[in-house]
Amino acid sequence: MEVNELKNISSQVRRDIVRMVTAVQSGHPGGSLGCADFLTVLYFQQMNISPESFTMDGKNEDLFFLSNGHISPVLYSVLAHRGYFDKSELSTFRKIGSRLQGHPSPAKGIPGVRIATGSLGQGLSVGIGAAQTKKLNNDSSIVYTLHGDGELQEGQIWEAAMYAAANKVDNLIATVDYNHKQIDGDLDDVLPMGDLSKKWQAFGWEVLEMDGHHIPEVIETLQKAKELTGNGKPIVIIMKTEMGQGVDFMMGTHKWHGSAPSEEQAENALSQLEETLGDY
Amino acid sequence: MKKFEIQNHKDTRSGFGAGLSELGKTNENVVALCADLTGSLKMNDFQDAHPERFFQVGIAEANMIGMAAGLTIGGKIPFTGTFANFSTGRVYDQIRQSVAYSNKNVKICASHAGLTLGEDGATHQILEDIGLMKMLPNMTVISPCDYNETKAATIAIAEYEGPVYLRFGRPKVPNFTDPNKKFEIGKADILSEGKDVTIIATGHMVWKAIEASEILLEKGINPEIINIHTIKPLDEKAVLESINKTKCVVTAEEHMMNGGLGDSIAQLLAKKIPTPLEMVAVDDSFGESGKGEELLTKYNINTADIVRAAEKVISRK
Repeated sequence: MEVNELKNISSQVRRDIVRMVTAVQSGHPGGSLGCADFLTVLYFQQMNISPESFTMDGKNEDLFFLSNGHISPVLYSVLAHRGYFDKSELSTFRKIGSRLQGHPSPAKGIPGVRIATGSLGQGLSVGIGAAQTKKLNNDSSIVYTLHGDGELQEGQIWEAAMYAAANKVDNLIATVDYNHKQIDGDLDDVLPMGDLSKKWQAFGWEVLEMDGHHIPEVIETLQKAKELTGNGKPIVIIMKTEMGQGVDFMMGTHKWHGSAPSEEQAENALSQLEETLGDY
Repeated sequence: MKKFEIQNHKDTRSGFGAGLSELGKTNENVVALCADLTGSLKMNDFQDAHPERFFQVGIAEANMIGMAAGLTIGGKIPFTGTFANFSTGRVYDQIRQSVAYSNKNVKICASHAGLTLGEDGATHQILEDIGLMKMLPNMTVISPCDYNETKAATIAIAEYEGPVYLRFGRPKVPNFTDPNKKFEIGKADILSEGKDVTIIATGHMVWKAIEASEILLEKGINPEIINIHTIKPLDEKAVLESINKTKCVVTAEEHMMNGGLGDSIAQLLAKKIPTPLEMVAVDDSFGESGKGEELLTKYNINTADIVRAAEKVISRK
């Protein structure tokens, strides 16, 4: 898929995110907007998946786990456009009875979601388990996970990081959304993480870095990560992003981590995001 | 009253180890994880026979539970093993989100439950685990009474699709159930029929209930003994049928009164047929170091306490 097509998809995904959180006046637009380019490239170009015939076991296909479950709007929009379910269902986001829960969950059977996430720090362990099952099943597919940078403050992440390196879980590509922001403010004010790349290296991981908004670079880095699988080391991509990317007044601040825009603000936001695939 | 013959004295954790070992041979989807307590959990045989299906995770229980949830994706049946305290309280949120809410086919196998863990003391003697686990939707809670039953339960839960908490213990205790009996999840086991009082017990306390019943019989009281090995889902029908006959109940468990088996029975009776009930359980207290039997006596959950509770509850009819 061409870079321009991917850009068109991520623009529509960003529109969906703004419309979804505005409609219910809740949800997490900031991190969702920041990961729109990455998830678009991953789902539309990199992963080997079967959206029309979703199974929980996902045998012989790549798997993705959203460990930072609060950015569910971006996941739901990407899943819908990729064909897991009809995009009209995006209008049910966070409403009673919906399969699109505030944080992702397989409880109501939404295709594309294999684990509940939201309470942070658990998705890397889940990804490791799924990756080990793929090895036992002689399934050469890859398991992907995405994490917030603030999420790395959870101890379970480092239990998992230690395990994966020690046990050569090399069919796993984790990505960290390094936007330097969390609910209470700047990451470096809440709890500084030090040198993230060196931390992961010290834990025995292969570390790549990329600009999460430069689509050609995202493509190139994900391809490189794939080539590095099977070499005895788990892989992590430190992805530099901007929270709120694509909407000028949401960028450069943590304030839009978990707040929805007003109707007026949403109109302003949508004027900055081209409708490319048709709104839901 | 039926006579029960002690075949030998064995620890229930060894029943788990034997069951897991058998599953290793019969079900290639069974995998096992342990957090640095392989010997204590008696998982060595499985580890030696199937190293590729055994995951030593180190002292990292949260990661173990998350990994187990992930292992189910693709069809594996993970059995996690560590002490009951580290199997539940330490990882409650991991179980809640990644296992119970996600409805994953994980078997959480927990040894050294209750006071009879002994000398290690209250830090390790969890008395809240049944309550924690039974509150979780989708979770099945099983607490077998001896070696044979623990082995059979271990094998049975592999056949059942869904999250299970399997609780067992450390000490050698009388092994008396039929080694050939198939374990039926959710089905109460009426050990002996009687008419004066129903004694409902789980885990190690089932044998104590039998001992207490022999004493009661000498006093002219004829108790009915029910082994509730599956605390959730509770076999309500069996309990209510027995109570229709005896009109009073004693529950016995090596667990906190709040949240345990007795609490489940009380809820059932209050809703269906209010009946005098006495609970033999630890009353809002942590344990302490000591020998298992000493602790059961000190914390009022030994054989004599069941006898006293039965006499008291009969007087309340």
